[in-house]
Amino acid sequence: MAKPVKNVDSKKISSDLFSLTYGSLVFQLIKDYENPEDVNKQLERIGYNIGLRLIEDFLAKTNTPRCFDFKDVADKIQSAFRMYLGITPSITNWSQGNDEFSLTLEANPLAEFIELPDHLINLRYSNILPGIIRGALEMVQIEAKAWFLQDYLKGDATTELRIKFIKKLEDVMPQGED
Amino acid sequence: MIDEVLLDLLHIELVNTLVTPSPNNKSELVLTELENVGHSTGYRLIERITKDSLRFKDELDIMKFICKDFWSVIFKKQIDNLRTNHQGIYVLLDHRFRFICNISSSKQFTELMPKYLAFSCGLIRGALGNLGLNAIVTGEVVKPPSCRFQVQINKS
Repeated sequence: MAKPVKNVDSKKISSDLFSLTYGSLVFQLIKDYENPEDVNKQLERIGYNIGLRLIEDFLAKTNTPRCFDFKDVADKIQSAFRMYLGITPSITNWSQGNDEFSLTLEANPLAEFIELPDHLINLRYSNILPGIIRGALEMVQIEAKAWFLQDYLKGDATTELRIKFIKKLEDVMPQGED
Repeated sequence: MIDEVLLDLLHIELVNTLVTPSPNNKSELVLTELENVGHSTGYRLIERITKDSLRFKDELDIMKFICKDFWSVIFKKQIDNLRTNHQGIYVLLDHRFRFICNISSSKQFTELMPKYLAFSCGLIRGALGNLGLNAIVTGEVVKPPSCRFQVQINKS
């Protein structure tokens, strides 16, 4: 048996590995689809699929009870960012009805080594994040929409992720059962 | 630092997105794209990992580095066994390969497993490529979750 490696947190990996893997994936998708809009869609879909599974891990590790309002949801998403990506986005710009808010990311671990060339200006590089949020919330019966309002990669001052509550999903009885 | 779960989930999606059935033969899978993604990741990653290490003495030294440090960065463990014929062929044995250890080891899934190795084969090939070794890397599942990677170094 090999000796265990010293001085590493067993549950954490270097963000280099993750962001480089993600970068290679985006690069491959750009080659495959050519149209940046299609790449955005694919990234969102990939994120959605990850979100569906990630929520299980989040609930199991944190023992979180059901969210009682959307403010609570925002706090949980914030702590999920801290837990998984090691960053703490700030929650800002609540809408009047408290159904929409922004997450402002100071740093984006996904896009650490990235510079977008001009012909890819329509590419939403980190589009996996809105997908993850949508997928994860759907599994806890919240239909939500997430999108990038500002992106540091496109010359904006910060990266701002907007999340909008759409509706609560109700339990549906399986067909053929009363 | 990033939680390792994210990498596991991203890898599942990589496999689902990039592996396509071959156009001629439905049961065969095209793993080239997945391997390429691994290659470019490995190629870049090795620069980050080796930035503080000394120059490698020889081929064997590089392979040891791959088995120990490189593997630990990715999978949090070292390769369990490294064998070589001293003529450019290396066999790396991992008794608990990360990407398949959550899949049941029953016969039902053995056909699905090879596609979970392609990314890692690419990683090794990319890393070796950037260290100046041109190699062919193949992986096979011995008995889940145990895997064997064979590295064949082309002398130029």
